[in-house]
Amino acid sequence: MLEYVKPMAANNQPYELPDEHGHFGQFGGIYVAETLIPALDELREEYQRAMKDPAFLAEFEYELKHYVGRPSPLYHARRWSDELGGAQIYLKREDLNHTGAHKINNTIGQALLARRMGKKRVIAETGAGQHGVASATVAARYGLECVVYMGAEDVARQAPNVFRMKLLGASVVAVESGSRTLKDAMNEAMRDWVTNVDSTYYIIGTCAGPHPYPQLVRDFQSVIGEECKVQCAEQIGRQPDAVVACVGGGSNAIGIFYPYIDVPGVRLIGVEAGGNGVETGRHAAPLTSNARPGVLHGQRVNLMQDENGQIVDTHSISAGLDYPGVGPEHCYLNEIGRAEYVAINDDEALTAFHDLCRYEGIIPALESSHALAHGAKMASQMSRDQIIVINLSGRGDKDIPTIARLDGIVL
Amino acid sequence: MSRIQNAFTRLKAAGQQALIPYITAGDPHPGATVSLMHALVAGGADIIELGVPFTDPSADGPVIQRAAERALAHGVSLRQIITMVAEFRKADSDTPVVLMGYANPVEAMGYEAFAKAASAAGIDGLLTVDLPPEEAIDRVAILKRYGIDPIFLLALTTPPARARAVAELAAGYVYYVSLKGVTGAANLDVGSVATKLAELRQYIPLPIGVGFGIRDAASARAVAAVADAVVIGSRIVQEFEAGESGLAGRLTDFVAGVRSAMNAPRA
Repeated sequence: MLEYVKPMAANNQPYELPDEHGHFGQFGGIYVAETLIPALDELREEYQRAMKDPAFLAEFEYELKHYVGRPSPLYHARRWSDELGGAQIYLKREDLNHTGAHKINNTIGQALLARRMGKKRVIAETGAGQHGVASATVAARYGLECVVYMGAEDVARQAPNVFRMKLLGASVVAVESGSRTLKDAMNEAMRDWVTNVDSTYYIIGTCAGPHPYPQLVRDFQSVIGEECKVQCAEQIGRQPDAVVACVGGGSNAIGIFYPYIDVPGVRLIGVEAGGNGVETGRHAAPLTSNARPGVLHGQRVNLMQDENGQIVDTHSISAGLDYPGVGPEHCYLNEIGRAEYVAINDDEALTAFHDLCRYEGIIPALESSHALAHGAKMASQMSRDQIIVINLSGRGDKDIPTIARLDGIVL
Repeated sequence: MSRIQNAFTRLKAAGQQALIPYITAGDPHPGATVSLMHALVAGGADIIELGVPFTDPSADGPVIQRAAERALAHGVSLRQIITMVAEFRKADSDTPVVLMGYANPVEAMGYEAFAKAASAAGIDGLLTVDLPPEEAIDRVAILKRYGIDPIFLLALTTPPARARAVAELAAGYVYYVSLKGVTGAANLDVGSVATKLAELRQYIPLPIGVGFGIRDAASARAVAAVADAVVIGSRIVQEFEAGESGLAGRLTDFVAGVRSAMNAPRA
């Protein structure tokens, strides 16, 4: 049976966040139109009951084991580590999950909640399409109607995932408003939800949005870090010196970080999308660029915005990181200094993408390649007896058309 | 007494309900807004809801989304909108003006700075769609210190306990969202509005306006029979999509048509 034990913060104070209104310090909260408030209240209450219900937890665990294929391996990337000549790199292989990314951990948890609440229809937003695929998958698995909102620009650059969702029986709606990316897909999903709130469950794909989403997504994803702790103890005999994960909204990162928050000596490093470079302004790195706190999508978080409070366009080679905000718990961990946040540019991510293909025979997602690139940078500065775990959050099959295009190859 | 209170007191004495049209500030361009506000008043608007455009209007339907995009294409800012109201006030010292939008532009300016500038410009109220009472307490205190009425939304889904919480914070009027959906949807059910308003009035002493889904003189008249105010947004903003030519006249005519339907004697 999975157990959700609240971690302790490094200073031995219990880390019990969020508070009852969803706050992580000044971040998080519930900033939505009145119509949605009762739906969020209902979700919070049902979620709290579910997490105390042994039958719910047992079913979640069963599905993770037999449908997703957990635990995902912790793999020692020996050849790449040798090539880098520094710390030993271990990869937490979320890319080997059913549907090819960590997203399925969360969609199973939320689909089980939706079923518990009697909702027959689920909606989701998606950027790279991984969360859309994971939502379409669980909708098929549990017999739910599924509508996925996806920015029109992302529909164009992630065509294989669009087709995959359709194969799974979902409807995919291309969102033409705003910047036609992930944030606009989320706006459109919220419009659908406010209209169909009685029949519909909104499966948010990352640890963002109004309370209780950041909390429940974290809890469903924290299986990654829980497994990692056990695997590190078994395989290495100790916990790593650093855990590295990419951060868009931040769900794979919070999933692997959360169980480590109270483990002293383990650095937690979130890698944002540096795009063309944080100094160019064309990036998706709110924490690294010290973006001011603001309110978007139901939460108060560090937010890329202009002086008038308008949300600015973001840029990243990876659709899944192309978001102007970041989940509230990451904002908090950044503010208290428990986790560090850095940015990796498009070019650096691409280099890491190719390196992992060549040295380890693993094609990583472009999102995860940001974490790989920073892990490689760190490793080369560390000694051979040090350990870095990188969360390999997804596989790169969906990115092959993008990579081919960049290399001037017509498939 | 505030301008909003004055307006409702005057209307109540005359046995009438308030007509509250909405336009987005800076649509179709910043120079047009003040004269269009006067055009709404000429048609019989009692209060103006002036939209503050936002890049991510997640509670709005396509019509008001497009209005925000047109305004933002001109870089319209909250500070500029405050200046527009100051300009409007030079020729109209009575008609209340309520800014309506999303939390972030106000957050970015800062509540203290906003409230101070808004009060000096003659702005009477602020409605932020995504700021429910739980997050609003400190912010409301600042607004009230400068005489800006915080306008809150209530919904079909609002339970009595929340209506009481809103009543403690709200001033001016409250805005009842008459349907589950975004602005401009067309599935208003006047019967259910009447039932819900009767329930809400047990907790809310303020006037209650009804909006979302009111599209013509007939639906405005029907809602006026049960509400204290009628808010019309998307249907008015639709006029902007027909182009700027003759726009002020069309706004005046549309508002006047609704006003006269609301005022016509009931059998």
